[in-house]
Amino acid sequence: MKWDWGAVGDFMPQFWDGLLVTLQALALGSVISFVLGLVWALLMRAPTRWVTWPVGAVTEFVRNTPLLVQLFFLFYVLPEWGFTFSALTTGVFAIGLHYSTYTMQVYRAGIEAVPVGQWEAATALNLPVARTWRVVILPQAIRRVVPALGNYVIAMLKDTPLLMAITVLDMLGQARLFSQEHFQFTEPLTVIGVAFILISYLASLLMRALERRLVH
Amino acid sequence: MTSGLWELVLKGVWVTIQLLVLSSLLAGAVSFVVGIARTHRLWIVRFLAGFYTEVFRGTSALVMIFWVFFVLPPAFGWQLVPLWAGTLALGLTYGAYGSEIVRGALTAVDPAQKEGGIALSFTPWQRLKLILLPQAVPEMIPPFSNLLIELLKGTALVSIMGMGDLAFSGNLVRLALQESAEIYTYLLVIYFVIAFALTRVMRGLEKKLKAGVGKAPTRGMSPQQELKRPETTGVGGGVA
Repeated sequence: MKWDWGAVGDFMPQFWDGLLVTLQALALGSVISFVLGLVWALLMRAPTRWVTWPVGAVTEFVRNTPLLVQLFFLFYVLPEWGFTFSALTTGVFAIGLHYSTYTMQVYRAGIEAVPVGQWEAATALNLPVARTWRVVILPQAIRRVVPALGNYVIAMLKDTPLLMAITVLDMLGQARLFSQEHFQFTEPLTVIGVAFILISYLASLLMRALERRLVH
Repeated sequence: MTSGLWELVLKGVWVTIQLLVLSSLLAGAVSFVVGIARTHRLWIVRFLAGFYTEVFRGTSALVMIFWVFFVLPPAFGWQLVPLWAGTLALGLTYGAYGSEIVRGALTAVDPAQKEGGIALSFTPWQRLKLILLPQAVPEMIPPFSNLLIELLKGTALVSIMGMGDLAFSGNLVRLALQESAEIYTYLLVIYFVIAFALTRVMRGLEKKLKAGVGKAPTRGMSPQQELKRPETTGVGGGVA
C-alpha cells in the first residue's frame, strides 16, 4: 500500500468545502427532525384515531424504508410534480423527515416518562392544556430526551454522505470527485473516514457535557 | 411497467435478499464475538473489542462501503466480488452496533446467576453457554429486530457502487421509463413489505425464546429501550 501525503495536501481545500456542506446539511436536518418529530409525537396523542392512524401509518412507513430511496423519490419525483428545489434542500428535507420518525419515538418515550403526578398537579392547579404542555410537561420531557436526540444527530452525520447520490458535494462527494480526477482513492477516502470518526467523537463529548448540564 | 421491467425489479429483490441474509449472518457473528469479548476478564481483550466497536460505529456505513470497494483492492492486491464486498462492509459496520446489544444484554443478567455458576465451579465457557446466554438471548431479540430493519435499509447503499440490488434496478427502470413516481413508490412499498415480514418473524422468535425461559414477550419497546435505541441500532450511536 502506498500512502501519498501530497495527495492529502491537494485534497484538503476540497475537503473543507465538503465539510462545510456536510455540517450545513447536518444542522438544518437536525432542526427539521427535532421540530417535525415533536409535531408527530403531539399528533399521536390526539384524542381521535382519525389523526393517530394516518400519522402512525405514514411515520411507520418512512421509518422502515431506506433513506436512499426516499432521497431518489424526492429528488426525481418532486420536479415531475412541478416543485423544483436544489439538491441540498431536497437532501436536507429528506434527512429531516426520515429522522423525525425516530425523534418522535424519543419524544414519546420522554413524555411517557414524566410522572403522572405532574399531570395531576397541573389539573389540580387548573392550568389550561396548552400551558400544561408548555411549562410543565415538555420542559421535563425534553431534558430527558436530550442525550437520545444527540445520538440521532450523530446518526444523521453518518447519513449525510448519502446526499452524494443526489449530486450534493458533501465530504464523500468531494472525495469521489477528487479520486476520479486524480485516480487516487486511498487518501481522500481515508481522510474523510478519519474525519467522520473525529467529528462523531467530538459530537459525543459535546453531547455528554450537555447531558450533564440538563439532566442533573 | 412492462413484464421485462418487473423481471429486473425481481432480480433486484433477489440480490437485496441475498445481501441481507449474508450480511446479517456476518453481523450476527461479529456481534456475539465482539460483544462477549467486551465482557472478557483480560483488559486487553476488552480494549481491542471496544476499539473495534468505536471505529466501526464512528464512520458512516457508506464511507465504509467506498473504502472496501476502492481502498482494499490496491492496498492488498485482491478484489472482492461486489456481493462479498457489500457483505463485508455492512456486516462489519452493523456488527459493531450489534455488539453493543450483546454486551448490554449480558451485563443485564442478574449477577447472582453468574455467582451461582462460579459457586458450582462451572468453567467460564460453561457459565456463558449454560447460564448467561440462555437468559440474555431472548432479551436481545427486540433490539436485534430493529437492527435488522436498519441493515435492510443499509443494503440500499450498495446500489451506489453499481451493485444490482433493488434500489439499483429501480434507477434502471426510471431511466427506461423516463418517469419516477411509479417505480419509486413500488420500491418503497417493496422495502416496507420486507421490513414488515422481518418484524413479524422476529416477534415470533422472541415469543418462542421467551417462553423457553418462562417470560412473556414485551409489547412494543419500553421508554428506556427507546432512549437507548440510537446506541444499539444502525442509526446513531454515540462514540465512546
